[in-house]
Amino acid sequence: MDSRRFDRRGRRLPKATKIVVAGGFGVGKTTLVGTVSETKPLRTEELLTDKSVGVDDVEGVEAKSTTTVAMDFGRITIKDEFVLYLFGTPGQERFWFMWDEITLGALGAVVLADTRRLADCFPAVDYFERRGTPFIVAVNCFEGARRFQLDEVEMALNLGEQVPIVLCDARDKESCKDVLVTLVRHAMKTRREKRPVEV
Amino acid sequence: MTMSDSQEPEDVSRDLPDAEPEGVIVDGEESHERWLDEQAGPLVRPYVMTRGRTEPVRGTFDLITMVVATGLPAAPELGLDPEHQAVVRLCEEPMSVAEIAGHLNLPTVTVRVLLGDLLAKGLITVEDPQTEAELADDDDLYLAVIDGLKAL
Repeated sequence: MDSRRFDRRGRRLPKATKIVVAGGFGVGKTTLVGTVSETKPLRTEELLTDKSVGVDDVEGVEAKSTTTVAMDFGRITIKDEFVLYLFGTPGQERFWFMWDEITLGALGAVVLADTRRLADCFPAVDYFERRGTPFIVAVNCFEGARRFQLDEVEMALNLGEQVPIVLCDARDKESCKDVLVTLVRHAMKTRREKRPVEV
Repeated sequence: MTMSDSQEPEDVSRDLPDAEPEGVIVDGEESHERWLDEQAGPLVRPYVMTRGRTEPVRGTFDLITMVVATGLPAAPELGLDPEHQAVVRLCEEPMSVAEIAGHLNLPTVTVRVLLGDLLAKGLITVEDPQTEAELADDDDLYLAVIDGLKAL
């Protein structure tokens, strides 16, 4: 039943899972990822091309316009069995298809919010609501930022009452751990409720 | 360079942008110097590395599909490029597709093509992540992640 693969030393290949960290530009996504990850966040680039044009050979490739979208991500190894990846969404919201790729199969998402620019996180909230991805909102408490009451944030975001909102400091490891634990608990509960009833 | 014997040098020059970068030609400099400018992009374009391919010959590689080398020797007759060999070396320890791309500083589309070649030649083993449907049914994973996070 267990189809886990083994490497040549007979160790199991770990299963990977991921959490998405979304939010507006400069809200601290990469900071949060770096604070809890075991290594410095890595960056990967997706090459955007017009995929509808078939490429049979090198001819014509030079004329394709290419753009790259960068994503920062970090890794947390959990007991050799699981690896948890934290993916920051690309800053520019126009790259929605990248969000789709990052979000597909994710345990859930953390929407980081900055109370000075609360509206910046609206697109992320909308995206996860529409997609049905379990998410929580974490308000990053920047120094000198006005400390909104959480219910004010909740009202401004017009969230469903079951969506947890927490305060956090993206530079503080314990705080980031709390955020992630809150998300995974919430995601587990949400998925359980959504589990289809087998006929 | 990643040119294989079968490719002719023209392929490379054709892949470089036609337009000349602005104002980087300095008197007395060799003309190729201008391509060292950052704006010219990488000297070897990703599509050259994969010989124009954008889809892997085998496998679909998620960003978090885990990859490990099988330990099979990368024999010369397998016709591996330096990039293939770099991936095999990196995957001595289990690593995700995204990490391979990050470490080698290559776009993920390129890495996927390279991994497809390596999978077809039996040089790597992969472990795909769970689908969303499987996730919904697996409380153990959630609980393990919660425990793991708390233990950090």
